Amino acid sequence: MSIEPAAPVALIVEDEPQIRRFVRMALEGEGWQVHQSETLKRGLIDAGTRTPDLIILDLGLPDGDGLQLIRDVRGWSPVPIIVLSARIDEGDKITALDAGADDYLTKPFGIGELLARVRAALRRQHKAGGEPSARIVFGRVEVDLHKRTVQRDGQPVHLTPTEYKLLSVLLANLGRVVTAPQLLREVWGPSNADNGHYVRIYMGHLRQKLEDDPAQPRHLLTETAVGYRLQP
Amino acid sequence: MQSSESTSSPGFGAVLAVLRADACDERTVAYAARLAALAGAPWHAVLVENAPMRRRGEAARLRTLELLRGAQAQGAVTTVLEGRDAAAVISAYARRHGCATAVLARERASPWWHTPFARRLARAAPGLDLVEVAAPASSPAAPAAGLAREAHADATPAPRRYLAAVGASLGTALVALPLLPLLDVANVGMLFLLTVVLVAIRLGRGPAIAATLVGFCALVLAAPRHRYDVSEFKYTVALVVMLAVGWITARLTSDLREQAQSAIGREARTRALYEFARALSVALQTEQVFEITRRFLARSFDARAAILLPDDAGRLRWPGPGADADGKAPVLSVLDMAAAQWAFDHAAPAGAGTATLPSNPYLYLPLLAPMRSRGVLAVRVPDVAALLVPERRELLDAFAALAAIALERVHYVDVAQDAVVRMEGERLRNSLLAALSHDLRTPLTGLVGLSESLTLSRPPLAAAQMELAAALRDEARRMSTLVANLLDMARIQSGGVKLNLQWQVVEETIGSALRACRWQMGARTVATRIPRGLPLVRFDATLLERVLCNLLENAGKYTPPGARVTIAARADDGQLLVSVSDDGPGLPAGREDALFEKFERGQQESSISGVGLGLAICRAIVEAHGGGMRAWNQPDAGACFEFNLPLGEPPPLPDADLEPHDTTTDKHEH
Repeated sequence: MSIEPAAPVALIVEDEPQIRRFVRMALEGEGWQVHQSETLKRGLIDAGTRTPDLIILDLGLPDGDGLQLIRDVRGWSPVPIIVLSARIDEGDKITALDAGADDYLTKPFGIGELLARVRAALRRQHKAGGEPSARIVFGRVEVDLHKRTVQRDGQPVHLTPTEYKLLSVLLANLGRVVTAPQLLREVWGPSNADNGHYVRIYMGHLRQKLEDDPAQPRHLLTETAVGYRLQP
Repeated sequence: MQSSESTSSPGFGAVLAVLRADACDERTVAYAARLAALAGAPWHAVLVENAPMRRRGEAARLRTLELLRGAQAQGAVTTVLEGRDAAAVISAYARRHGCATAVLARERASPWWHTPFARRLARAAPGLDLVEVAAPASSPAAPAAGLAREAHADATPAPRRYLAAVGASLGTALVALPLLPLLDVANVGMLFLLTVVLVAIRLGRGPAIAATLVGFCALVLAAPRHRYDVSEFKYTVALVVMLAVGWITARLTSDLREQAQSAIGREARTRALYEFARALSVALQTEQVFEITRRFLARSFDARAAILLPDDAGRLRWPGPGADADGKAPVLSVLDMAAAQWAFDHAAPAGAGTATLPSNPYLYLPLLAPMRSRGVLAVRVPDVAALLVPERRELLDAFAALAAIALERVHYVDVAQDAVVRMEGERLRNSLLAALSHDLRTPLTGLVGLSESLTLSRPPLAAAQMELAAALRDEARRMSTLVANLLDMARIQSGGVKLNLQWQVVEETIGSALRACRWQMGARTVATRIPRGLPLVRFDATLLERVLCNLLENAGKYTPPGARVTIAARADDGQLLVSVSDDGPGLPAGREDALFEKFERGQQESSISGVGLGLAICRAIVEAHGGGMRAWNQPDAGACFEFNLPLGEPPPLPDADLEPHDTTTDKHEH
């Protein structure tokens, strides 16, 4: 079967056949060429030989911790990695994200969610190669990174320096979850690692200024106990 | 001879009352106590025991010990010291305990060859201020004389010992005097001295002196018949020397004997303690400690003993039946238990031989261990007076301390074992829950994904099949919520949940809960009423999101499509109040509280799915945060669920680029 050479390659590392099956169906529907690995060992080999454009990785594999694969792959490739994990393991998610995973999905997850995360990861990767865009638009908000201005409905919005810094970190990871420890590190510096409430307070300020309904945000989303995501 | 009468500078150190079995000692104790109180200094009362002290007799000694206990009751540190040279012993004690002032009774006029004790003490401790307390002005001699008489009467020995001593001396005379013509008088005198030494060793000081006198008389009487005229002077000298040597020998020997006896006594006490400690060291159970304590107290004191342990509320428990192997189990009456409880509560001895309830036949010693009182040791000795003797009491106290430490050790052995068992249980539970969670979630993930794949399949399904696939997907999702609830409930109920408490922004958690269960709300509008400027609240965001989700899901389940659901939050009286209300049919009247029971549902058999676990877990989570949960029907229409969380002291806010909060109420709908 001959596929057009442009078909991107995805690698699914997951021990559960039914989950593998519907993830594969979903990706193939989007034009992906999909490889599957059942074990960590096999996954490590495939990640090297198949040179995938995307890796979908279950953290709980029978023969080892998926973290190992993230660290291994990050040694030589920036390929997007999306992690599958159970709800109660917030700590695992943060560890995986900090180890270099791009995003995560909590089981059970829908196909819509899966494809949205995949698209966001790819978009980011393409952007990383090209010229970073100076103007970013989400919802009714427009941010000009060169002029350092923020407008909502065409009206300028005043942000404090800390708020702007927080927003710019989220913008740099558009669509991707940023862990709370990482935000603290990048905005407040490494000495504030224990002040998790700083991030929450300032996210609240940003929502007040940028969201239509701060209690039901559409863009500045909270990933409970993990971090934040700026959804375009 | 003595320095500073009255209060010179007692503020610099402790006060030391020196007791010497003298009539003025009561005044000494009172004076020292007053001095110490004035100076706000600690004070000590010491009694030096040695041969001269012992010679005063048992009655005087007991009286002094009584004084010592009186001093203890007034807050003094009391000690009985042992030593030949009282001045040296006291000076060493004063140095060791930082005593600056010593209070002692003024001695009665003493013969010229006797150095007053105060002067000896001043010589031994030049840095110590001495305060001499005068004898009472009214009748200075009377008590002293009385005491002297008593001491003398007390010292009166058994006549038999004197008879034996005299007999021994006469026997020596019978053997030695016939030899007088053959031997020199000095040699015959040596024979008498030998007898005196033997008598002193066997019979003590008084009989030895008697033997000396008898021998002396015998020699005097025997002398003229032989060579008294020949060398009268030589003979006289020999006799006087013999008398003197006999006298001194008698004193020295008897002192030595008493010291040896006291050393033997000390050794026996030390050995008893040592053996007790060794026996206790291998005890691993409370019953073993009981048994060993009983055995050693019976052996060392001929006493019957029982250990009373407190229950969790600190009330002493009745000792178990069959407490003693030979049926001599102490029987404690209700009154006794009250005395024991007093001793336990006050951590002070009570009963026989103490100031508290002295008529009680038992002595109750609190078992004071380093961490807390472990119980009470009840002891009944045949002779209560023996409890007044400090060596016996000290030994008993040491026994009690050892038993207490053994009980504490046994207690911590139990605690350690419990901890190991609990840790094992917790690990097992956690791994079981993790395995369950994984095993239940994995097929559900497959179900959700596969049913959704069906809805997206190409070519598209017919409308009826599409509906089926969507229903499949929704049911699978609902199932997954149920599983999450079940697992959370199991975790919380087993006490294995560790709250990840962080200072949270309430609005944020409400927002993420709304996003998480948006699909369950269907065609219902959700409004939020959250004032700006709510304080930070400390809670576990994941668990609280579950509470809110369950409440929203509940509202979604029991209200018709198109209903209005309102989430409101406010701070009031140190509490954060969050409510989820709707305008649906409301709760069944009178069963508002029962809703929170596990597996309880408003409508007994309805078509709505769910086992009623949701509200029970909401309440469990909120209560784990120190809050509470309620439900009621609103006056106009619909149900309202409200929970409260305590507001704490929020942590400091970040640097200054905060903007002033305004407190207007936002109202948004979608």
